[in-house]
Amino acid sequence: MSFASTQFLAFLAALFLLYYAIPRRHQWKLLLAGSLFFYWFAGWWCLIYIGVTALTTYAAARKVEDMAQAQDAWFQVHRPELSKEERKDWKARAKSARFRWVLACLLVNFGILAVVKYTNFVVGNLNAALSAFGGGQLPGFSIVLPMGISFYTFQSMGYLFDVYRKKCPAERNLGKFALFVTFFPQLIQGPISRFGDLSATLYAEHSWNTRQIAMGVERVIWGLAKKLIIADRLAIPLRALVADPDRYQGVYVLAVIFLYAIQLYADFTGGIDITIGVAQMLGVKVAENFQRPFFSKNVAEYWRRWHITMGTWFRDYLFYPMSVSKPILDLHQKCRNRFGPFGKRISVHVCSLILWFATGIWHGASWNFIVWGMLNGVVIIISEECEPLYTRFHARFPRLKGSRGWDLVQVLRTFWLMGAIRVLDVYRDVPLTFRQLGSVVAGFRPQVLWDGSFLELGISLGDWLVAAVGALSLLACSLLGRREPVRERLLRHSPHLAWGGCLLLILCILIFGVYGIGFDASQFIYNQF
Amino acid sequence: MEDLLSILRELHPDIDFETCTTLIDDQILDSIDIVTLVAEIGSTFDVEVPAEELTPENFNSAKSLWEMIQRLDEA
Repeated sequence: MSFASTQFLAFLAALFLLYYAIPRRHQWKLLLAGSLFFYWFAGWWCLIYIGVTALTTYAAARKVEDMAQAQDAWFQVHRPELSKEERKDWKARAKSARFRWVLACLLVNFGILAVVKYTNFVVGNLNAALSAFGGGQLPGFSIVLPMGISFYTFQSMGYLFDVYRKKCPAERNLGKFALFVTFFPQLIQGPISRFGDLSATLYAEHSWNTRQIAMGVERVIWGLAKKLIIADRLAIPLRALVADPDRYQGVYVLAVIFLYAIQLYADFTGGIDITIGVAQMLGVKVAENFQRPFFSKNVAEYWRRWHITMGTWFRDYLFYPMSVSKPILDLHQKCRNRFGPFGKRISVHVCSLILWFATGIWHGASWNFIVWGMLNGVVIIISEECEPLYTRFHARFPRLKGSRGWDLVQVLRTFWLMGAIRVLDVYRDVPLTFRQLGSVVAGFRPQVLWDGSFLELGISLGDWLVAAVGALSLLACSLLGRREPVRERLLRHSPHLAWGGCLLLILCILIFGVYGIGFDASQFIYNQF
Repeated sequence: MEDLLSILRELHPDIDFETCTTLIDDQILDSIDIVTLVAEIGSTFDVEVPAEELTPENFNSAKSLWEMIQRLDEA
């Protein structure tokens, strides 16, 4: 059930009315029932997968918390009898005992994710290797990916880590925990919420709040407009440009970079706007996932502002534990002693590359995503290593730093660099992507920009204009909303204008929205992850 | 505390670590500095800094870092 479908709107309307009609103490139960129904709609068998994740994580978290409480009680009694070294040793062993339960749960859940998501990728690569040596072929498997598995698995494992680290309590009510895992607005494309952030409003009783509901509705409309007017319109020429790579090279590849950046941004942020808006209509606060990412001045900053909850997940639960693990600290000391100042950075770079490999493979089981992830890591490492050069450059040209012109150069550089890496998402394979990128230099024919060639890509001049106006509106809203989101400012200073804008947006969606039979839009790009 | 200040000064000689309380917020310490710090704290104070302690609250100032070291050392 896509967010941009009539089925979803009907489901949401029914749930919303019931939510505020029933006694408030039952609201979370209705959300759970609605979430399970939403998930069942994708296939009853999906419920088995998410059920296993919810049950194993619930049980493991309770066990870990029970052990921690028992260990703390024992420690308080016996602390005076133990020396400092014995205390440290005992704490390390107690932690290790708790971690065994975490590890078992991680193996089960990441094991499921690995099997359903990566089996055919591994089999395909093995077959390629076997055929190169003249061997036989392994059979492929018919595995359908359960909806949102990457998102709910990461969210659940994040919760387990938080309980293990005593950052949040274990949820003792299985129904409430199941709601945390299955909460339908964020199930299929995130954000990846933390239990400590989401649970406060997820389980609370909510009375009717007109302002909050109106803000939620507005955000849903804004998200739908981004998706239906901009993203789905640009998807049509993009499909044409990617489907015939031999024909569309040179300037067309620059167009793919540019158009895909806008399409993905409108699609993904539109989906997240709908998620946050729907949750807000129900009184639930979901974390923001974007912070004007295309205004970033370097790749590292871009990743602090794009898909924020995924980035912080990888940072807190993979990068940090890996960086301070004993093998990495040993590597750090060895490299530092042997190679001096550069040596101390080697261990961090190794962790960065592992992190970006994991980020790439999380996005999809293909070499395109692996190379995409590694390229991000390599670019970040190169820019870190070039830091002394930047410092020298700015010492020579002190007026540049902080000037608007230089900021713009940095923003544009990051936009095009990230765009060039990002097209690995859209082309068939890695060699083709690099061939296409190479053609930008080798086969540059700018005249296709004005000779009418772009009108042969499936959309008319009017469509291009609508997409351009839409994209410029996004840019204007981003620029105007640097300190405070535009809609909040409008609602405070000029509520009539805000409501007028909302009605205009609905009208624009109805007139300019791209939807097919049954008014259903195409799938959100991030649903497939 | 003086040992910790020496470690910090070796990383960024230009920063006044006795007064600065925004080492993370102002991005003075990056991920390379943090791993270096954890390694140095481990070898100097015989304290293992677990991943859950890598928070802005613990790393924003020399004082908060020192408090974390003492807390971890007390066991």
